[in-house]
Amino acid sequence: MSNPAEAGPHDRFAVRAPGPLAWLGETRHLGLVIALVLLAIVGLVTKPENFATTSNLVSILSLAATIGVITVGATFVIIGGGIDLSVGATMALASVWATTLATQAYGPAVMAICAILVGTGTGLVNGLLIAYGRLVPFIATLAMLVAARGLAQRMSDRKTQIIQPENSAIVDLSTTRLLGVPLLVYIFALVVALGWVLLNRTTFGRRTYAVGGNPEAARLAGINVRRHTMLLYALSGLCCGIAAILIMARTTTGSSTHGDLYELDAIAAVIIGGTLLTGGRGTIIGSILGLLIFTLITNLFILNGLNTSDQLIAKGLIIVVAVLLQRRNLKERAP
Amino acid sequence: MLVMRGIVKQFPGVRALDGVDLDVRAGEVHCLLGQNGAGKSTLIKVLAGVHQPDEGTIEFNGAQVRAGSPIDAIRLGFATIYQELDLVDGLSVAENIFLGHEHARAGFVNRGAVNRAAGAVLARLGHPEIRPKAEVGRLSPAAKQVVSMARALSHEARLIIMDEPSAALAHDEVANLFRIIRELTAQGVAVVYISHRLEEIREIGDRVTVLKDGRTVAVGLPARDTPTSEIVSLMTGRNVEYVFPPRAAESPGDEVLRVEGLSSPGAFADVSFSVRAGEIVGLAGLVGSGRSEILEAVYGARRASGSVVLSGKPVRRGDIVGTVRRGMGLAPEERKAQALLLDQSVTANITLGSLPGFARFGWMDRAREKAEAQRLVEALDIRPPDPERPIKTLSGGNQQKAVLARWLLGSRKLLLLDEPTRGVDVGARAELYAVIRGLADQGIGVLLVSSEVPEVLGLSDRVLVLREGTVIHQGDAQDLDEHRVLDMIMDGRAA
Repeated sequence: MSNPAEAGPHDRFAVRAPGPLAWLGETRHLGLVIALVLLAIVGLVTKPENFATTSNLVSILSLAATIGVITVGATFVIIGGGIDLSVGATMALASVWATTLATQAYGPAVMAICAILVGTGTGLVNGLLIAYGRLVPFIATLAMLVAARGLAQRMSDRKTQIIQPENSAIVDLSTTRLLGVPLLVYIFALVVALGWVLLNRTTFGRRTYAVGGNPEAARLAGINVRRHTMLLYALSGLCCGIAAILIMARTTTGSSTHGDLYELDAIAAVIIGGTLLTGGRGTIIGSILGLLIFTLITNLFILNGLNTSDQLIAKGLIIVVAVLLQRRNLKERAP
Repeated sequence: MLVMRGIVKQFPGVRALDGVDLDVRAGEVHCLLGQNGAGKSTLIKVLAGVHQPDEGTIEFNGAQVRAGSPIDAIRLGFATIYQELDLVDGLSVAENIFLGHEHARAGFVNRGAVNRAAGAVLARLGHPEIRPKAEVGRLSPAAKQVVSMARALSHEARLIIMDEPSAALAHDEVANLFRIIRELTAQGVAVVYISHRLEEIREIGDRVTVLKDGRTVAVGLPARDTPTSEIVSLMTGRNVEYVFPPRAAESPGDEVLRVEGLSSPGAFADVSFSVRAGEIVGLAGLVGSGRSEILEAVYGARRASGSVVLSGKPVRRGDIVGTVRRGMGLAPEERKAQALLLDQSVTANITLGSLPGFARFGWMDRAREKAEAQRLVEALDIRPPDPERPIKTLSGGNQQKAVLARWLLGSRKLLLLDEPTRGVDVGARAELYAVIRGLADQGIGVLLVSSEVPEVLGLSDRVLVLREGTVIHQGDAQDLDEHRVLDMIMDGRAA
């Protein structure tokens, strides 16, 4: 790595098909996979009779699905150099709006569309404020966090809105199983797959990395940085709308208290997954692995009957350790 | 008072200082002259304790000293006023003046004492009207300059280094600056003064030291009566050989760019010129003469009045997306900050400007993208020839080639190149020159900005000479030589 201009000695790198960067990415995920395996081993050792059961694994995935969908959107926003603190509140608002008696009168399809539109619309407002109103993302989405939660409380009159029996198609997403796995887990998987494709195979994904990595270079290269920034927040809102459908299915309710502190779990998952908060770098797979680590910890604490305070402490430590390890990785591998 | 001998400073790949001598007397204004890249900034940073010299000695008042850090330098009595003012905008005038050596007791700042002391320093500088409690961010550039100087004085500095202090100032403010400098020197303070404006040097300077390619080429010339021609030839007589590709044999084609009456307050005024297909037009001038700003305005990235017409249609301000779509491209001055995605591959950097061309309904055709990147890597001889490498592992010259490659995709009509060879070593420059000439030979119009006069002259077909925001000469590159251009740039006399 002495002089990058010398071609000769580095030619052997060129032979390796995926290139050195992809290899680095894989090892980064390798660390996350190892962490997951370690956590699974802990589960097998401490609760051999409960942990490896199908029902427990399915419940882990169901638990992960809601935040998982949000995490996909958050990954885009953070790679694009922003932050979205309003995700939990946006999901709550979408769930309340979709379960008002007025909306429920139109049936489950309209409820789902309503949740998605409310989520996307909220995200779009964030995006407009940030991209064209030039508010700092932290502030704009913090304001939305507070305001959306408030609007949800006002709409629902602080009451939990139950999904009517005639609209049970929504609830079916969590009760109907395909190959033993609830439908909402498939929705989660589909969102992850679509997110991966969007980030890695489309111009939208390329622009996301460009806008987050060097907005000035992106602007001067003829990319509409503002419009793209706006779209990123709209995408995050869209994910919140989908997440709202999932949480309605799981809890059979819409409520202004849904998704409390989800923004922290989503951001933590993205960070553990190796996405830089400064933007320009990160992967969907990493974020999902980060989320699964988090969910697994929760599961282990519940299975072992430990209290939730210790669980929070453990999660805090995991975030710090993950980031410290990644920083060392970067330093070692950086040329 | 200050004697520097044989100062050498080596950076990876560059010998920035290669044996510099400097000899400054108490109470004098010693001017430092040299072209861009001659080593002035590095020398200042050595004095300010930012860089440590690899070889050489510094004596101050007869004792050998070493400025290991900026704090050391301040303790020695050296103060530096940088070209870009290093003030904290959110703090008050007084807080800025005493930043780093606050009058504090047990961590608590005695604000009354600080404000009084700041008022005293400002009064001494003849500016009692600047209130110590005012927020620095709201001051005019001239007032900020005074605050910077007050900071230097508050350290009881005995040697003040000023890097182009007049660059941000209007004419009458310069007179005030000179008055302050004279008061300081009358008190025995020595001033090292850096400026490109010869008339200022003649007015305020006592002696001149000329740097060229990291060496001292003349020491202690009298500032007032050394002929301009002697100074200029000292600055230019260079060792570096430039190899330029031959100019196109055929005459250039149709006009691709027409700029008329382009003005941007504070940057440039009433600039008019045109660029034809296959022609390289060079803008020569100093940093701050408005060169880069003109490129930005042509690109639509900067507010300006006047008209910019690209192949018959006006360019809309602020619409870079449209400008790029219609065939303009910019290789900006700050390659890393403004052009590159450092974490991404060479391919991703090359295709950044033409993503829609590789996609159908947003879906990237990665095979074609890869093939095109590979073709350009080979065509421009980017080394190592692996398009999947992260671009940050490439040398400066190869990174620049990748930026040029970005604009070879799609049909470009006009390329704006801002300092295309900055930070590129001499060997790689010749290759870049060939690439740029090759672009023009393909029928692209090129508008080139460079601080290096020989580069502008050697590469361009036509040259515009800029001084303080106005075009003072426009003509064939072959009719000019470096000497005459430097004369115009520094003395302001049109040829």
